[in-house]
Amino acid sequence: MTTTTIPIRRSAETRDQIINILARTWSLVFLLGMIIFFSATGPGFLTVRNISNILVSSTLVMLMSIGQTYVIITAGIDLSLGWTVGLASVVGATTMRNLANGGMEPVSAIGIGVIAGLAVSLIPGLVNGVLVAKIKVPPFIATLGMFGVIRGAAFLLTDGQNVVGNLPSVVRDSLRVVGNGSLLFYVPDAGFTWFSQPPDLSAEQLRTLQKLAPYPVLIVAAVVIIFAFILGRTQFGRHTYAIGGSKDAALRAGINVDRHLLLIYVLAAFTAGIAGVMHIFRFTAGSPLAGEQALLDSVAAVVIGGTNLFGGEGRLSGSVIGALIIAVLQTGLVILAVDALWQFVVVGIIIIIAVLVNQFQAYLERQKAHE
Amino acid sequence: MNSQIPILQARQVSKFFGGLTALDKVDFEVYPGEVVALLGDNGAGKSTLIKCVSGVYRPEHGEIVFNGQTITYHSPAAIRDLGIETIYQDLALAENLDVGGNVFLGKEKKRRFLGLLRVLDDDYMRGEAKKVLERLDIHIPSLKQKLVNLSGGQRQAVAIARALYWNAKLLIMDEPTAALGVPEQRKVLGLVKSLREHNIPVIIISHTMQDVLEVADRMVVMRRGRVVANLPRSEADAEVLVKHIVGATEAA
Repeated sequence: MTTTTIPIRRSAETRDQIINILARTWSLVFLLGMIIFFSATGPGFLTVRNISNILVSSTLVMLMSIGQTYVIITAGIDLSLGWTVGLASVVGATTMRNLANGGMEPVSAIGIGVIAGLAVSLIPGLVNGVLVAKIKVPPFIATLGMFGVIRGAAFLLTDGQNVVGNLPSVVRDSLRVVGNGSLLFYVPDAGFTWFSQPPDLSAEQLRTLQKLAPYPVLIVAAVVIIFAFILGRTQFGRHTYAIGGSKDAALRAGINVDRHLLLIYVLAAFTAGIAGVMHIFRFTAGSPLAGEQALLDSVAAVVIGGTNLFGGEGRLSGSVIGALIIAVLQTGLVILAVDALWQFVVVGIIIIIAVLVNQFQAYLERQKAHE
Repeated sequence: MNSQIPILQARQVSKFFGGLTALDKVDFEVYPGEVVALLGDNGAGKSTLIKCVSGVYRPEHGEIVFNGQTITYHSPAAIRDLGIETIYQDLALAENLDVGGNVFLGKEKKRRFLGLLRVLDDDYMRGEAKKVLERLDIHIPSLKQKLVNLSGGQRQAVAIARALYWNAKLLIMDEPTAALGVPEQRKVLGLVKSLREHNIPVIIISHTMQDVLEVADRMVVMRRGRVVANLPRSEADAEVLVKHIVGATEAA
């Protein structure tokens, strides 16, 4: 009897382990699977140029999902982040334009514009934080309210225009150095160059130009590393998890929960501010709409990455993978000449799968705990 | 035992809620190293008394002295700092953190990283948690487990370990066995006994007569805001206690 039951139990255990590992890493497996699929079916998908483009295009959602991850770990949500991106880009671009038109050096005008964009992003964060932490408005409602307020503010600043354009061309050229630039370029028959592309390239060579380390990607990578470090290794991160796990426990442990929550919303708005400023560099213009579509994608990236919408659990690396999945999907479908609208359907399905996988994993853990 | 000086003494403590007398001139003592059970029906005043001791309520009359110091009007935080730790039924643990994370919650141990950054020292916190758990004779298979994966008794142990680690001098446990299965109840009672062995006094609030009779050195029964019985273990049995709780002795 025992000789037959033991092997069965063991195989069940291994099966559980495999399921558990899959539940933890499925998003990464899914990302790799998608890359393999598109590489095999989409001509020109697996090229340095295309991968570089995908990474650059993922930066917006990735930046927003960083702040969103923090907020969601505290069992909150920030619906206003998309418009905060827009507001920061509008204020930043307007400041740059006005200063440059007033005769300021382009680089100084850009520098002050960046500071203005980042600074203005802190305001909605502070308001959200006060509403949620001090006045105890549910995050969904507070940030939905701010969604409307910031949207209105951003459009009021542009007199209803969708774009803050007409920056002086010297400013636009300087912006492009960062927004379109790369730390390292490569042209097959001209070799590697640092900081700027090789001079005097022929039209033929320009088509083979590869950006091996685009600045927007490097900047976002640095932001990801810093925020992942804070979340995973510091007291601030630990308290973020504790508040999401049990606000009561955090309070009784003497953690200043109100102040911490306020900081989290400011921090989230700041990552949106970085995204807004990045928009100016990439498109040499500001737009109230800069982050509009990316809001839901940022929530999707967080959920796909395994962060629990009820708080207490999640990792930034998961959100990064989630943002990459969305970016790969968008580009891959275009290369396969599938109607771009399908991406909404596919992303929606992946979100639902993500939630189901997380629930299943929680179920497995409960089972295991009750054995 | 009574020749000793009580570590906690409540004298003539009264507490009113509007017209309701929740505590009526209550005298209550805890001596070093003893386990005192606080018994009584719902609304008898047990919780109100405990909340006065832990600083959540302020009594209208009377005085509470802990370790020679009057704490009647101290804040809950100040009272906790003096060493009175209350473990509520919900335990106030962060179930998404591990054992070390909970023991050190709010007082995390940090170390230098690359010279200037201060990062959490999880190994240290886990090690210290392990030591205090071993002192209590508790074995938790993996200290890296999140609390959500531990049993009710193990979580209780973590809550107690946390209190002890931060030098609790008096533990108040509110219905510690209420939400547990029988084997888990045994473990928690074992914990209370080992606290006594470590000479840490415990006030245990319970409805479960068996538990109380098993671990308590003294039983204090409350009824309608007053202490109606204060019996050493040797004079208490279930029948006597129940009579006091329901008030049958007054009628007789």
